[in-house]
Amino acid sequence: MTEPLLFFIASIVAIVAAALVIIQRHPVYSALYLVVTFCALALLYVLLAAPFIAMVQIIVYAGAIMVLFLFIIFLLNLDRPLETQNKLKHQWLVATALTAVLALEGAHLLARGLPTTSLSEARELTGDFGTIQQIGRALFDQPLVFAFEATSLILLAAMLGVVVLAKRRVD
Amino acid sequence: MIPTIYYLALAGILFTLGVIGVLVRRNAIVIFMCIELMLNAANLALVAAARHHENLNGQVFVFFVMTVAAAEVAVGLAIIVAAFRSRGTVEVDEVNLMKW
Repeated sequence: MTEPLLFFIASIVAIVAAALVIIQRHPVYSALYLVVTFCALALLYVLLAAPFIAMVQIIVYAGAIMVLFLFIIFLLNLDRPLETQNKLKHQWLVATALTAVLALEGAHLLARGLPTTSLSEARELTGDFGTIQQIGRALFDQPLVFAFEATSLILLAAMLGVVVLAKRRVD
Repeated sequence: MIPTIYYLALAGILFTLGVIGVLVRRNAIVIFMCIELMLNAANLALVAAARHHENLNGQVFVFFVMTVAAAEVAVGLAIIVAAFRSRGTVEVDEVNLMKW
């Protein structure tokens, strides 16, 4: 069975790379490990019968968004780790406590949901679930086509906002 | 077939790691990366739910989340660049005044 093997490899790679994003002191290394996480997630999307989402994940996240991150890191010339002195001394304590609450909550929900719900098994797929044709039909059907048009407005607003924010003032 | 709960647990772990990053790191760019990590964890849960219920709306929703995430990253990084121009730093605990 290759599917459980692929799942465990991809999930371990995703978790380790996500932890390294936090641990690395240099933003460039964080960005590169984030690319590894995104690629592992794309593999998981393929396992979940979502090839279109996997391709968009690679193109948009690992491609466009991470290039944007790296470009900003280069533009700001953050060539050395800046976090030297620890100004907020109790930040670690508060962060650990808050995260422990969140993790316990999630673990409690998962542990309680496992035996009772039907989440343990999904049916085997038949037919063409998740193909690009199916996604396109769902996306351009009557109720969602307006949402699709609204995303173009969001992108236009983001583009205008970026130009206004990043414009260097002449005076 | 992997049980759906495994995917949800993985999404929870990734989301928690993103929360840790946002709370612990002080570099604004790394905080942004951790927010992206949380968005991806939510996307994974959505795709897993779509697969479980064999309903494509989850995948379509992930498509919209990715669009909004792209717009958000562009605007957020522009804000970071503007803050860096006026303060000369991207450390969030150095940027502690509303107006300077």
